[in-house]
Amino acid sequence: MSRATAATLGRGAAFTAVVGGFPFVVHAAWIVNIGVLTLMYAALATAWNLFSGYTGYITLGQAAFFGLGAYTLGIAFEHFGIGSGYNPFYALPLVGIGVAFASLPVAWIALRTRHMTFAIVTLTVLFVVQQLAFNLHSVTHGTTGLMLPTPSFAIGNYDRPFYLAMLAVLLLGLGICWVVLRSKLGLMLLAIREDEEKARGLGIRVTSAKLIAWWLSIALTAMVGGIWAYYLTFIYPESAVDPLVMIGAVLMTFLGGRGTLWGPTIGAMVLVPAQQYTLLQLGASQLYLVGYAAVFMVVLLLLPRGILPSLRSGLARLRERRRTKRPPVIREERAHA
Amino acid sequence: MHQVVQAVILGLLIGGVYALMASGLTLVFGIMKVINVAQGALVILAAYLSYALFSHLHVDPFLSILIVTPAMFVLGVTVQLVFVRSLRGPDAPELSLLVTWALALGIEGVLSVIFNTTYRVSNPSYADRSWDLFGYQVSVVRAFAFLASAILLGLLSLLLTRSRFGRAVRATVQNPTAATLLGVDANRVQTLSFGLGVSLAAAAGAVYGVIYPFNPGSHYDLISRLLSIVVLGGLGSLGGAVVAALAMGVIQAVVAVEFSPTWSAFSFFVVLLTFLLLRPQGIFGVRERTL
Repeated sequence: MSRATAATLGRGAAFTAVVGGFPFVVHAAWIVNIGVLTLMYAALATAWNLFSGYTGYITLGQAAFFGLGAYTLGIAFEHFGIGSGYNPFYALPLVGIGVAFASLPVAWIALRTRHMTFAIVTLTVLFVVQQLAFNLHSVTHGTTGLMLPTPSFAIGNYDRPFYLAMLAVLLLGLGICWVVLRSKLGLMLLAIREDEEKARGLGIRVTSAKLIAWWLSIALTAMVGGIWAYYLTFIYPESAVDPLVMIGAVLMTFLGGRGTLWGPTIGAMVLVPAQQYTLLQLGASQLYLVGYAAVFMVVLLLLPRGILPSLRSGLARLRERRRTKRPPVIREERAHA
Repeated sequence: MHQVVQAVILGLLIGGVYALMASGLTLVFGIMKVINVAQGALVILAAYLSYALFSHLHVDPFLSILIVTPAMFVLGVTVQLVFVRSLRGPDAPELSLLVTWALALGIEGVLSVIFNTTYRVSNPSYADRSWDLFGYQVSVVRAFAFLASAILLGLLSLLLTRSRFGRAVRATVQNPTAATLLGVDANRVQTLSFGLGVSLAAAAGAVYGVIYPFNPGSHYDLISRLLSIVVLGGLGSLGGAVVAALAMGVIQAVVAVEFSPTWSAFSFFVVLLTFLLLRPQGIFGVRERTL
């Protein structure tokens, strides 16, 4: 095992221990609730990054598949009876795989177009799915919404199972990203991001590579949607297919650092608690939307590369400075200044 | 048959207004490769401005175009200078997509704080009147809306083909580097055309506020339609945007009367996806290449 591998695995183990242990130490429901949302956005952002961060193709339609996952679990509850307690969680991988396969034809059409058009077409898909949720009344109950059975968890630690489920999907996502980044697929995706024509010229099957990344990303997203639906026990078209959820995940990825392993998670851990706090303070008015937009602007305009890449280059510069010994004259000048 | 013809007339009238909104979007993309996701929110903002002028100062909504459009031009120029211009590097187009999205959220938030989320509509005295043309009903406001849009689109095309500024714009669309070498001030062209795109949204917004009820959240519905229109027409193509907008109006109106109104918006998305399957670059678009 190389040093880098060991370091990443160590970081992963430490992260799992600290974040996983958190709800067993802290019991206050509202804090664990924020924890659930933080992990949810971290998982969504990681999934978004897996496709958009690595290929450079920005998708704005992720919320469609989040909603599809939520509705699939809700409809499964209504028609098949997938049990109560922890049992519905075991159905999640099926939900993820199903939604991911169902999304492939759409992705194939969308990927025939290039970057800007692709972003718009995926956004269109979002509105198509929202329309379907409104209109397919017999399965989704339209605007009335879909009720899921209340989970039978103990009142005291009601949020904990959802917290752990979100964490599990996040860890799965991080694991997939890590494997992909070290694999040939990861190299292909980066080649596509840098220069797609050249990548194609080199014999990389660009469409297949993009579709695989897309499939993985959508499967994760749909699973998160499923957990979210079971957690809230009530979904309706505007809440399940919400452009704000998606744009939140994108914002967190940008804040943490696109194309990095931990960036999206870091972005979510910074933004979600802050967002929940402002929501609590300004909840009644729509003012939080303005604040959200302002944060978004600041991140995009001042920190377009994200925290992690900026930090990394900053550290590298610091190390460089330490290695090359400076003449004492400069130090004296500094002391005077 | 009568019903279908009636629907086609209605669809064309509505399509004209969408053509006006979409023309600004596609023009801005053609010049600076920026998709202004805030176009829908800017339309709604203009609709509110026109509504405020109408309800407080009794300015006719169609006359308010003359006030709202210059005001929003200034806003557009400011937005370009403050937010859009500072984006550089190879990711700039994608970043601009997100920056303008943030702008849309900001506008939605401000409007919700000021006007709350009640649906509004500007209701001039002639709002319910309609003409009878060979047995077909044509509502007066919709006819005015179409006329206003057609006139403005005509003025836009005159501006682009007959003026010095228009030549500079078209040169920049065709080849930005060559245009700069020939002495076109690219920064100036970009700023002014962004302002122009926003003022087209403004004019359309004043009209929109008369024919549809709106609230701050209406911009999601608008932008999804507008983006579909410009993609169907071919990104950057004005003619394509007009054709696609009229097509969307007609398809939706016909589906609404022949099938069901709930599926009318959906039908257009299906047309779009099917069309992209055959022709990914849209009706008049050129194939986008990675640079």
